[in-house]
Amino acid sequence: MIQNLIDGVLTGSYISLGAIGLTLVMHILRFANFSHAELLSLGAYAALVCDALVSALVPVFAVKLAPLSLTGALIVAIFVSMVFTGLSALVIDRLVFKRVREKGQELSMVFASFGMALIIRNVIGLVFGLSPELYSKDIAFAMILSRDPLILVKPDQIFVLVAALVLMFLLHLILSRTTFGYSLRAVAENPSLAQVNGVNLQRTIMAVWLIGGGLAAVAGIFYGLSHQLIPVMGRDLVLPIFAATIVGGIGSVYGAVLGGFIVGIAGNLALVVLPSGYTPSVPFLLIIVVLILRPHGLFGEARA
Amino acid sequence: MIGVISYLVFFATTASILAIAVLGLNLQWGNTGLFNGGVVAFFGAGAYGTLILGGTPQAGHLGGYGLFYPLALLGGMAIAGLVAWIVGLLTLRLRHDYLAIATFGVAVAFENLMRNAEWLAGGAKGVRGFERPLRDALGDGFTYNIFFFLVVLVILIATYLFLERLVASPFGRLLRAIREDEEAAQSLGKNPARVRLMAFITGSVILGLAGGLYGTFYAFVSPQDVLPTLTFQIWAMLIVGGAGNNRGAIFGAFLIWGAWTASGWALSRFAPIEAQLYTGSVQFILIGSVIVGMLMWRPHGLLPERLVVSQRGKTPSA
Repeated sequence: MIQNLIDGVLTGSYISLGAIGLTLVMHILRFANFSHAELLSLGAYAALVCDALVSALVPVFAVKLAPLSLTGALIVAIFVSMVFTGLSALVIDRLVFKRVREKGQELSMVFASFGMALIIRNVIGLVFGLSPELYSKDIAFAMILSRDPLILVKPDQIFVLVAALVLMFLLHLILSRTTFGYSLRAVAENPSLAQVNGVNLQRTIMAVWLIGGGLAAVAGIFYGLSHQLIPVMGRDLVLPIFAATIVGGIGSVYGAVLGGFIVGIAGNLALVVLPSGYTPSVPFLLIIVVLILRPHGLFGEARA
Repeated sequence: MIGVISYLVFFATTASILAIAVLGLNLQWGNTGLFNGGVVAFFGAGAYGTLILGGTPQAGHLGGYGLFYPLALLGGMAIAGLVAWIVGLLTLRLRHDYLAIATFGVAVAFENLMRNAEWLAGGAKGVRGFERPLRDALGDGFTYNIFFFLVVLVILIATYLFLERLVASPFGRLLRAIREDEEAAQSLGKNPARVRLMAFITGSVILGLAGGLYGTFYAFVSPQDVLPTLTFQIWAMLIVGGAGNNRGAIFGAFLIWGAWTASGWALSRFAPIEAQLYTGSVQFILIGSVIVGMLMWRPHGLLPERLVVSQRGKTPSA
């Protein structure tokens, strides 16, 4: 039970990171982006490539930072992948979403995002093959926190949690303390009014994609560290991430953080009562419960 | 020669069943602007419902009610409608993203439930033991397939006529009015949430009908038949054919199903052996590109919706 709770918090840390970007995009661009989870895969695989490159070029970085299974090369790769994934999100918006946005209704964007998700997922499958990949082939031994009840935690998982919390705190500072943070909120509230007051809409949208993509990359890498990399990981992550945004309330960054942890914990606690085969349905059950009890989520506001 | 004809009959039957599903989706998306991200859940509810209600008794899971076939089919449709009612009730009052996400979630949960709940529908092994109606009289061969194709064709035409009349009726006008401007419709005393719920349920019942026919055709359904792939295929058919146009929907179904079958055949025939594992990926990239490409360059499809002005203003007399 306690073990499930701890695993849930750790799962929640990467779901939250993915949900933050998604909720921002859904708030500013007003469409449910089904390809957001593919940015997680993209980031995870970009880090895999970069990790291999740095390890080969600068062997010093290839040494493990004990007790983590993480290498210096992978830390470099995280930053490179954040930039790469953020830029990819921007390019996808330019090439596809921006054009569809200008042509059609909001809901055409949802279709387009499904199409993009299919394309990205299967291109990754073609490039990297369908078999799973790992950042480190060594077995990471878990630390025993307590023997009765048995509680195990891997050092990597603690790193993931701490790093995720640090990133969320940084984002909180940016949103609450900078002019950019204010303009972001202004655009979300009322795009035309924000523009009248001198907020550059195009630049705000670009920033949202960069932030969303960057955080998605970290989320994907952390998922890879905790599990493994498979081309279809986006398919398995898309519903938990959406559930996190709905639980938190669409558009609320803090809601997304809390929602992510709730989804993660619920998924792991469900293992106590349900066979593990049913885990993929848990996010859907959470969505239904929230829609019945509090349709606009924990921190969301009603908006047509 | 008989081989070619029997293949064509097989192809046309599948395409016609899918065309019925596309018509159902067209009512939701094309006419009402409701995004159904879980087409396959309603399709699957119809298929599972029909086979469980109409099948012979099976050890270990629900079923064996052996209902008279048309009743079983109606039961499958009703189950699809029930699922739609629950999802619609919860989401149709909220902003449109919620419906998209919730329906997507229904499809994931439906497939997950069918795969795991052995007591309900046989789990991964699927529902077996269904006897196709009139099999005793017509046998299992070519005659039966021709007969079944004709039945599907009649149902397709009936669905088409029903929807054409529905869309031309005051109710259809109301659907378009709500799609275009919800507040304006509301100001005229209409209840958008209720109307949308009705359209959503009707569309889902039609999806359930298509699913029921699909299950009957194969006399078998398993979680493998309710994968998200089918949702994408049915959408691609509607977007390519033309949302809002029932003829476009049918045309798109035949076109995309033809392209899908042909590309699958070509890839398995001409791709090198070591690449065979990846033919699925290539097909998905193709269907994703078709969806995105159509939305970018031809958002109204090959046969666009014909907008009708139902009441022209009086021309001022000179």
